[in-house]
Amino acid sequence: MARTPSTRILPSDITPPEVFFNRRQAIAAAIAAGVVGLAHEEPASAASSALKYTRNTRYSVDEAPNSYEDITTYNNFYEFGTDKSDPVQNAGSLRTRPWSVVVDGEAEVKGTFTLEDILKPHPLEERIYRFRCVEAWSMVVPWLGFPLGDLLKRFKPTSNAKYVQFTTLHDPRQMPGQRYPILDWPYVEGLRMDEAMHPLTLMVTGVYGKVLPNQNGAPLRLIVPWKYGFKSIKSIVKISFVQRQPRNTWNVATPHEYGFYANVNPAVDHPRWSQAKERRIGNGFFAKRIDTLPFNGYADQVASLYKGMDLRRYF
Amino acid sequence: MNVDKRYRYVYKPLVFIGCLTPIAWLFAGGFGVLGQSLGPDPIKLTLHTLGKTSLNILMLTLMVTPVRHLAGWPHIVRIRRMLGLFAFFYALLHFTVYLVLDQELDYVSVLKDIAKRPYITVGFTALLILIPLAVTSTNRMMRRLGRRWQTLHRLVYVAAILSVWHYYWQVKRDVREPLVYAGILAVLLGYRYLRRARSRRAVPTSRSGSATAPERI
Repeated sequence: MARTPSTRILPSDITPPEVFFNRRQAIAAAIAAGVVGLAHEEPASAASSALKYTRNTRYSVDEAPNSYEDITTYNNFYEFGTDKSDPVQNAGSLRTRPWSVVVDGEAEVKGTFTLEDILKPHPLEERIYRFRCVEAWSMVVPWLGFPLGDLLKRFKPTSNAKYVQFTTLHDPRQMPGQRYPILDWPYVEGLRMDEAMHPLTLMVTGVYGKVLPNQNGAPLRLIVPWKYGFKSIKSIVKISFVQRQPRNTWNVATPHEYGFYANVNPAVDHPRWSQAKERRIGNGFFAKRIDTLPFNGYADQVASLYKGMDLRRYF
Repeated sequence: MNVDKRYRYVYKPLVFIGCLTPIAWLFAGGFGVLGQSLGPDPIKLTLHTLGKTSLNILMLTLMVTPVRHLAGWPHIVRIRRMLGLFAFFYALLHFTVYLVLDQELDYVSVLKDIAKRPYITVGFTALLILIPLAVTSTNRMMRRLGRRWQTLHRLVYVAAILSVWHYYWQVKRDVREPLVYAGILAVLLGYRYLRRARSRRAVPTSRSGSATAPERI
């Protein structure tokens, strides 16, 4: 690299997405958007509309982000199929407008909110986060979103709210993967209240300056950068404040393989594979395995949340 | 064209080309020709494609005998060796890609995987079993081993069971496809079991000529 090690890659250095597209891809995307637009009687521009945001350098890593194409064509979103390429092919059937979110449980403000109500007060910021999948691959992603804590405060959780639970849309007509009981639908995830209120925890609505594509969890998804990707639940329709630890979907499916906490931890292997290293997607056959960092490199900010806990037991 | 010539000049070359198609596709994807691409994680896709191809060809190898009996095509057995060797070829490439590209020749990590991770233990065992079968696949080895050759080559059933098991254990959650392979394998092995059981019962009376004729290689 030409840079000196001390120089940070500023978000302003990042190649804008239009440069990432070569012409052929841009044409293909335009055709695809047009087809989707016709099928759903929506304006074709909705899928690629630009968002207003500010760049948050304080919470961004200085690593080169993956391409827009990598981020939007290599996805784990079992609601649309179990292959990495299934979501981009099948997620066109998801309708993200109108969208509403139910808020219930241990809070003073409850009810059904439209997506617009949810999003309105929150200015969007771009944060470049590491993303580490439990399958030992990783990416770097420029998300657009706002701190989850800012949203949760609006509902005035009571002192009984110890955890917050999220639920994904359950509609097999829109989400064909739900026609098979591969997981116990709908997908459910949860965070401890202090994890949810942590400034790194993000509610995400966009990527690369644009509205989040369906295959990435539109219109509203969670990003918890120090945890394995499966914690970052997609297409959220319900937020519940609860007293007891939620039963998250992957933990229900295979309790000895996936825990509730799911903090990235190179010292605790998955029973079937090592978590010590990860392959950074995007360098083709030359993609190197790199060392996985405790808490995915965010230990300075979050390790204190788990002080005194046996991370082997609470994996 | 007589049967010998048809096999030599038509069927065998076709099987040969067919078996090379998956690796040609991988090369096309790897070099980005013909509009092919291996996607954002080409190492994983290559690894999985090679493994799946090995399994597919192994299943085809095990189909030769039932097809031979049921369709009455005695000569089809002539393509069996080629299929078996291709199954071994792809299994070996599958392991090589795992060792070189996936694990970057980190031998310690590979040995740990083989010892510690049951699905890798099982898959590696299947590969080891296929080695003596490939080595003894020549006409000379067949003659040298005589009756023992067939006994030795029954190990292919064990390798097939381990291969399907390896696939089943490797999958994170969606086991539909591995179960399809398990189903096919169950039918192929079940056919052999039933046939054996039936021919045993038939022994005291008379051996019906064609049904129990020794395999012509």
